[in-house]
Amino acid sequence: MKDFILPDADYGTPAARAKETVTLNIDGYDVTVPAGTSIMRAAMEAGISIPKLCATDSVDAFGSCRLCLVEIDGRAGTPASCTTPVAPGIRVHTQSEAVQTIRRGVMELYASDHPVPGLTDAANGDSELQSMAARVGLREIRYQPVAQHVRQYGADGTSNPDWKPIDDSNPYFSYDPSKCIVCSLCVRACDEVQGTFALTIEGRGFDSRMSAGMADDNYLSSDCVSCGACVQVCPTGSLQEKSIAQMGLPDRSVITTCAYCGVGCNFKAEMRGDELVRMVPYKHGPANRGHSCVKGRFAYGYATHRDRILKPMIRENFSDPWKEVSWDEALGFAATRMKDIITRHGQKSVGVVTSSRCTNEESYLVQKLTRAVFMNNNTDTCARVCHSPTGYGLGQTFGTSAGTQDFDSVEHCDVALVIGANPAAAHPVFASRLKKRLRGGAKLIVVDPRRSETMEGPHYEASHHLALRPGTNVIILSALAHVIVTEKLYDEAFIRTRCDWDEFQDYAEFITDPRHSPEATEALTGVPAAEVRGAARLYATGGNAAIYYGLGVTEHSQGSTAVIGIANLAMMTGNIGRAGVGVNPLRGQNNVQGSCDMGSFPHELPGYRHVKNPEVRAIYEKAWGVEIDPEPGLRINNMLDAAIDGSFKALYCQGEDILQSDPDSQHTAAGLAAMELVIVHDLFLNETANYAHVFFPGSTFLEKDGTFTNAERRINMVRQVMAPKQGYADWEVTQLLANAMGANWTYTHPSQIMDEIAMTTPSFAGVTYEKLDRLGSIQWPCNDSAPEGTPMMHIDGFVRGKGKFIRTEYVATDERTGPRYPLLLTTGRVLSQYNVGAQTRRTENVVWYDEDILEMHPHDAENRGIRDGELVRLASRSGETSLRVWVTDKVSPGVVFTTFHHPGIMANVVTTDYSDWATNCPEYKVTAVQVSPSNGPSEWQETYERHSEQSRRILPAAE
Amino acid sequence: MSPEKMIRMANQIAMFFETKPHAEGVNGVAAHINDFWEPRMRRQLLDHLATGGEGLRPLVLEGADLIRKPKAA
Repeated sequence: MKDFILPDADYGTPAARAKETVTLNIDGYDVTVPAGTSIMRAAMEAGISIPKLCATDSVDAFGSCRLCLVEIDGRAGTPASCTTPVAPGIRVHTQSEAVQTIRRGVMELYASDHPVPGLTDAANGDSELQSMAARVGLREIRYQPVAQHVRQYGADGTSNPDWKPIDDSNPYFSYDPSKCIVCSLCVRACDEVQGTFALTIEGRGFDSRMSAGMADDNYLSSDCVSCGACVQVCPTGSLQEKSIAQMGLPDRSVITTCAYCGVGCNFKAEMRGDELVRMVPYKHGPANRGHSCVKGRFAYGYATHRDRILKPMIRENFSDPWKEVSWDEALGFAATRMKDIITRHGQKSVGVVTSSRCTNEESYLVQKLTRAVFMNNNTDTCARVCHSPTGYGLGQTFGTSAGTQDFDSVEHCDVALVIGANPAAAHPVFASRLKKRLRGGAKLIVVDPRRSETMEGPHYEASHHLALRPGTNVIILSALAHVIVTEKLYDEAFIRTRCDWDEFQDYAEFITDPRHSPEATEALTGVPAAEVRGAARLYATGGNAAIYYGLGVTEHSQGSTAVIGIANLAMMTGNIGRAGVGVNPLRGQNNVQGSCDMGSFPHELPGYRHVKNPEVRAIYEKAWGVEIDPEPGLRINNMLDAAIDGSFKALYCQGEDILQSDPDSQHTAAGLAAMELVIVHDLFLNETANYAHVFFPGSTFLEKDGTFTNAERRINMVRQVMAPKQGYADWEVTQLLANAMGANWTYTHPSQIMDEIAMTTPSFAGVTYEKLDRLGSIQWPCNDSAPEGTPMMHIDGFVRGKGKFIRTEYVATDERTGPRYPLLLTTGRVLSQYNVGAQTRRTENVVWYDEDILEMHPHDAENRGIRDGELVRLASRSGETSLRVWVTDKVSPGVVFTTFHHPGIMANVVTTDYSDWATNCPEYKVTAVQVSPSNGPSEWQETYERHSEQSRRILPAAE
Repeated sequence: MSPEKMIRMANQIAMFFETKPHAEGVNGVAAHINDFWEPRMRRQLLDHLATGGEGLRPLVLEGADLIRKPKAA
């Protein structure tokens, strides 16, 4: 069992950052710590643990529980060690008789108004209060309370007004007010760590109790986002995961990596036998630093959901019901058909889609399958439809698609420019870290057509919100650059040393043209010129300025041009190569970075090396003993086009639901229907499987070893905590398929696959499982010159040498509004759901969002006679669907917004086939639509629903 | 792929490279297509170019000879 756990001690208060140190004496031992450290923390660093209830090292000291009192020679009284900073030469006594007596007295008071736990209390063994009672030697409770919070009825049988019922409204944890000691750790965690400020202490004195939201709110109706931070810090079990009450305490824990978004949080999977009891964010996880969101912390129930398919299945035609068969039969069926198709239609008639949810090792094997066994380059991945323009844009300007920073960098940033991203919903743990910095004084600029959750929050708001018309990113980026160049706010020294000055001159000449000015472009973007000028000045002159961007930048017909525009901004202001700055693409899926690194694109071998280069092909030809096709392969959308044209016949699709997630669903469905063999390898019968002939059941991230690479290029370990329920980890299934087709792969553990990756890919040359175990994680490039990885890119020079400025001419998308389709639809995510929802829809997260909702401005709704909550028909040139409307001014007039989490709505029926000029990344973010009142599902929805039902039939297994 | 879609995709590439100096633009369009278009797609484009290339922007037309001919399937 790989159960390596770094010491997880709680130091009580956060680390001090001062450089000067102070030496003091605690219980006879000299301790030297940074100035500003609390006595509590200094003691802990010397190995002396002072009893405490209201302190933890993720939030500032508060000094309320009175348990951590100490005596200091020469000082009066017994100060709280959590709020008292160290001073040179002081002598501290943590266990004098006086403080021991006080502690026992304090504990006795707590206990006098607390349920006395019997053997059946769920908090047993999970309560700091119990441990502290034991530590201070509490042996009796002398007080007989006149009033108490513990019992529902008083001694005389009348109801007790001070008693409050358990709040069970949150699906994952409960709040029992009778166990609350009002230490306010939960309130502070919500404020300081999560940044939501949903909790408060209500009432005064004896009446005070923690409360979520206002007095008549419960957890679910409050602003709570269910991140779990309050539960994690609660010292009494007042806030506790329901799974503990249901299952009991875990008996072991394994450190692993979340399989949701690209932040890549580390968790401790706490297990009882092979059952997962709870996921607890891992304090030493460099991406999350002990924090989590509702998805990673709680939404893992899909792993054991009844919808999960555990047996391989096959069928002749996708109109037939599925037949459950053995692995041997399914693999034989798939391999025979695949070989037959290659014989009849040629080696380029088949291909693969690698998964951005599976491990690096699994993606590597899937692209190897097409390159070394099918003998073509027809491989693509989810990144096609999300960050492929990042690959192109940053590759051209900086020389690598890599994000430039780690997430810790945000702690040093003074200005955050967030473009086309809503981290509060899509990258929540990063959002919490960003918000913490914003509350600390950093400024925020948001470029987004919507007033998103990220734009404002408790104790911060964006200095500038550039609420642009969808599709005008390039104009706004050019206008920002125009201001910086014409007002001479650029960093000439940086440009001269780090970039090509002549190229900058060419770019400056282009961008200086008055047609790029904020005033000239105001009518196109809808953003007041003064806002653009203000934002540009702030970005260029506000100190360390960092750009964080998401799919609102890339998923456009000019996505690659916009990424180039972003790179230009960072280079001209010198915001590259140090902490607090940089260009940070926020990746969507857990391993979309890794799947790209692993050669999932049809033109690149692992490590972003073009297949046209013979020296790169030679490496793989030697390692794999095959000839590599020097021609680029088909991208996903090209595969579908070729299928409709009749030249592409078979697809192996691992862990990606292209029918639901790719644009223009009817086109995707037609492409899939035209193929002779579709192999879907997934946890569930997803939408793509409605057109499949073979279904390989997949394994969850809990059931296999491997690595995920997050948005910081950080390779994180994924560790198996339970056996695969369907028999094989996904990498084993790909190997079995390859071998059934005649390959002779002999991997027995994913570490051997990583060894092959390291051997063939220079940026991974120094990566081994042994090193990952030792260091916890590694940011690539990791090689001889950076044996422990590279937290920050481009420190002394760009990967390509000189940074390259490139002109960014605006070209309007062909998708235009007109009389028939006068509104612009843009799409995104909500916090509780993830991507196509295959996982999160199968968890209790549906209490927050159980259908896709259309956001529409009151003005547009009024014009159409549409009222809040009604069913409306959303139609574009591609198709139509029906969904419910939320009338809100979060969107501007003329813009509507929805999500693509639910297949019943299938927002992608409406999105178009238009795509980025350089990479074919679909233009999800701009669709001309009309919205009208509706009284039922669209024809497509009805037809599709019938087709889904037909297609998901499973014949009982033969006796 | 429908001819309209192919023409649109090629023209989108051309429009990006139109801001570059002319020779760099012509080379850029062809190089981009060579790097990213699978042989089937290039063949379809070359066939269309061979019959006059109607609807294609000048940079695509001028770069026609630089687009690598796929090997016969």
